[in-house]
Amino acid sequence: MKLVGVTSCPTGIAHTYMAAEALEAAAEEAGHTMQVETQGSAGSTPLSQADIDAADAVVFAHDLEVKDKGRFAGKPTIDVGVKKAVSDAPGLVAQAVALAEEWTNDPSKAAAAGAAAGDTAAGASVAGSAGLGTKAAGDEAGLGTKIRQWLMTGVSYMIPFVAAGGILIAIGFMLAQLFGGKQGAIDVTKYSLTTPEGASDALNLARSFSPGNGMHWAALFFIIGGAAFGFLVPILSGFIAFGIADRPGLVPGIVGGSIAATMGAGFLGGIATGFIAGFAARWISRWNVPKGVRGVMPVVVIPLLSTLITGGVFILVLGRPIKALFDNLTDALNGMSGSNAVLLGVILGLMMGFDLGGPVNKVAYTFGTTGIAAAGLADDAPQLKIMAAVMGAGMVAPLGMALASTVRKHLFTKAEQENGRAAWLLGASFISEGAIPFAAADPWRVIVSAMAGSAVTGGLIMAFGCTSRAPHGGIWVSPLIGDALLFILAIVIGAVITAAVVVILKSTAKVTTADLAAS
Amino acid sequence: MSLITENQVLMDLRSSDRASAIREMAETLQASGRVTDLERFVDDVAAREDQMATGLPGGIGIPHARSAAVSTPSLVFARSAQGIDWGAEDGPADLVFLIAAPDGGAEEHLAILAKLARKLMRAAFKESLRAANGPAEVVDIIEREVVNA
Repeated sequence: MKLVGVTSCPTGIAHTYMAAEALEAAAEEAGHTMQVETQGSAGSTPLSQADIDAADAVVFAHDLEVKDKGRFAGKPTIDVGVKKAVSDAPGLVAQAVALAEEWTNDPSKAAAAGAAAGDTAAGASVAGSAGLGTKAAGDEAGLGTKIRQWLMTGVSYMIPFVAAGGILIAIGFMLAQLFGGKQGAIDVTKYSLTTPEGASDALNLARSFSPGNGMHWAALFFIIGGAAFGFLVPILSGFIAFGIADRPGLVPGIVGGSIAATMGAGFLGGIATGFIAGFAARWISRWNVPKGVRGVMPVVVIPLLSTLITGGVFILVLGRPIKALFDNLTDALNGMSGSNAVLLGVILGLMMGFDLGGPVNKVAYTFGTTGIAAAGLADDAPQLKIMAAVMGAGMVAPLGMALASTVRKHLFTKAEQENGRAAWLLGASFISEGAIPFAAADPWRVIVSAMAGSAVTGGLIMAFGCTSRAPHGGIWVSPLIGDALLFILAIVIGAVITAAVVVILKSTAKVTTADLAAS
Repeated sequence: MSLITENQVLMDLRSSDRASAIREMAETLQASGRVTDLERFVDDVAAREDQMATGLPGGIGIPHARSAAVSTPSLVFARSAQGIDWGAEDGPADLVFLIAAPDGGAEEHLAILAKLARKLMRAAFKESLRAANGPAEVVDIIEREVVNA
């Protein structure tokens, strides 16, 4: 049998190497081969991905976090402290061998999750969790941890896209405000890289860019940032699948995420495609196939079938429900126009906070922007108040998370704290996506707190009677906002509520994601 | 400079407890300038020991530290006839290896210490040190098995 391992210890000069030696010797003694990556201070020769892929089982004997743990995703793994390997390496080797045999002899153990997800994926909108249900039977606690680890894998790869894209967009708004005046933040969104049939090239930035035009620079930042944002959901989905299935998960995950994004399903859609893709890929990669086919499995068969399954399931099964949700919510909102304004603000706030760019959020946002599209509105027209409520509520989630991750650092992972720093700017610019990394890592706690704060802000803005003539831009369009100070006050109150709720929910949780990343 | 010299071999420790044994061994490094600040180095080793005792099954203790007070990667070897409790479950240690690594030392130096750590897991290596007659033989064994291996 072929084993691989990783060892590490606090000082990195003794136990790391003793553990490695003991494991390698014990494996040889027992008639196996073992390669150990010593993550110590004398440098380490990393295991090649090929060696890891070929290994039957993995032994982590570590006191420090295993570096690049994702490489070992989906392998039968023994996880102990470094001292265990020094004192009882033969026992660990035996355990690893037994675990590997268990997984091979009883494929249901290893593939249960994958197969189940593949089967039920056809019938459930929550294919990921439905499929997992079967596996959870014997492994309740470990499963929750695993799901969080998979989500964190996706989130950690998504965060740089959020930061890069969000800050570029925010700078675009700032420049637009500087060069385009009052209407700048609205005008900048009209630029693109294509020219519609029959239109002039004036708004095609690639063709008309002139270095002396400040608005063109603003549009350049805005468009590049927008391009980065286009990857949020695909990357989230792709690396959730990567966490589950290792490399085979990437293609179906990214393609599925891209489909979810195109369908307007937001990050919740991306989480769904990530899970569907991961389990589909893992299931297929564990098929026992004839030798002749084995060679083309990783490059042709697995990506082909898993992508077809993921995309097909998402489009055919979830396409109609999402459309129906869109239509019903829009009808419901239209029916509410003219009723209690504060209640409407609260409901719009709840919707903005719910899925941060997903279908529910989009319905509320579209409801706001369609209203202000009508020409010749009076300065206190209800449509303008609704737009203000929508925009203000959409700024609450990222600002609240930025605040929470600043005042209670220990409840958040390093990556989340970094993202929290960018989230200040993103929130101020009405880029709700700044909160997605937090929400994707710990969905219900973050969504609940985002909804609470956003609802208060939405209601307050309606009560204050603030207005907005701009559909986007956050504080950068404050010249277009009526009663800007009250508008900001409402946002601050909402953000504080969101931060307070998320801190309370995370403090009472048994396992925080921060613990998870540190363990 | 070599990892170990005859001055860094103590064939029978006077100390009977861990703290004084560490000090007794560290003093051999101060004499040759391998450790520039004895107190600091002893503190650093004790701090590591406090995290988790470094005793291993089979009568081995391996106190060690990366310390700014260390100028040259060094090993001190000692035997203790009476044995010293080093925190291992199966009893006191009769072989003690004090490993001193400079803070931020170059990789090739640390690589020697890594090789030494690996050797400590080999029964034959430990037995030959238990049987060695005098410091010269101990240095010989370590040079042969670790440094030039």
